[in-house]
Amino acid sequence: MEIVKAAIAGTLESSDCMVTVEPGEGSVELELESAVIRQYGRQIRKIALETLDRLGVQDAKVRIVDKGALDCTIKARVEAAVYRSVGQRADLPWGGAIV
Amino acid sequence: MSHPNKKRLRRTMMFLNAQKPGLIKDPYIYKPDSIMLDLEDAVAEKEKDAARFSLFHALREIDYRGVERVVRVNGLDTDLWREDIRAAVAGGCDSIRIPKTETAKDVQMVADAVAEAEKEFGVEPGRVLIMAALESAKGVMHALEICESSDRLFGVALSGGDYTKDLQTTISGTGVELMGARQMMIIAARAAGVQCFDTVFTNLDDMEGFRKEVQTIKQMGFDGKSIINPRQISIVHEIYTPTPKEITFAEKVVREIDEKKALGIGVFTVDGKMIDIAFYDGAKRTIELAKASGVYKGEL
Repeated sequence: MEIVKAAIAGTLESSDCMVTVEPGEGSVELELESAVIRQYGRQIRKIALETLDRLGVQDAKVRIVDKGALDCTIKARVEAAVYRSVGQRADLPWGGAIV
Repeated sequence: MSHPNKKRLRRTMMFLNAQKPGLIKDPYIYKPDSIMLDLEDAVAEKEKDAARFSLFHALREIDYRGVERVVRVNGLDTDLWREDIRAAVAGGCDSIRIPKTETAKDVQMVADAVAEAEKEFGVEPGRVLIMAALESAKGVMHALEICESSDRLFGVALSGGDYTKDLQTTISGTGVELMGARQMMIIAARAAGVQCFDTVFTNLDDMEGFRKEVQTIKQMGFDGKSIINPRQISIVHEIYTPTPKEITFAEKVVREIDEKKALGIGVFTVDGKMIDIAFYDGAKRTIELAKASGVYKGEL
């Protein structure tokens, strides 16, 4: 999936995270900000990169500001930002690329 | 065969905004009977898409520990509800709540979309149930046809805010403006053999008023109430828990009816009250409710 324009999803409320995606420069660059980066930074990155991979995103700048989100929330926000970027809001691959 | 969850205990159904991770991550700790993950009114228009992703992953990954997961989809007058149903069914929800239901056709349209989604996502056919919220004069007037509209329908719920707007009045706290709708809905639900749920009580500073309202709707026959705050749960459950006196009486009724039936006696007295077979189902229900509430220690 090609990131065609910048898009944001999520909030800075507790248990949430805010994900920004924008067109990249040839690869996926992930920037993470989190109060629990030392304990969970690796896990958050892993979840975000796996989610991007499943969606077929290979070229994007991604920024995540984490406020203690669970894995399911990180996935949900990354997906929401990517699908907003490409403008798709229906006929989504639930249980396929979104899993 | 009827769906095993159609008649499950639903004293409390707690509304939660599906778009708020902080709300949907652990509501089971408050032990409501059902949660209602909302994609409709609680979610801002520009967040409708994001809410579906949150919903899908919450349904897939959070263990709600036996609490029923109902999803309120957007209205049938929007272009959102079909995708809402796809996300909810693919996620593994237990039930779909239809807002602003006005006719049997509304329910059938949703039932068809649910069946399609079950097929698309490999969900056992007929697993996902439906409930209908009645929010207008027209919906209430069609209560019976709605209650009889689909095998998937387990119940109807009154949505008092929109209903009173449609009546051109307001919620007064006395319940007088909701009297007709409550009466019509519970009668229709019982005639059709489905459950009936009361509207939310929004004033969290008036817990005494809330308690009185729950006592009223329980007395009217309602199965439970929609709630908006965990503080309301224990009050509803307490009111719906049969008292020791009610349990003892119900046990006596069941035992006596079983015994007298074998002897060919139809009418008799228990604790000075005239009893016949018509009391049997009610007494059985009291015992089932006592069991579900965790207070039954008998052997029936």
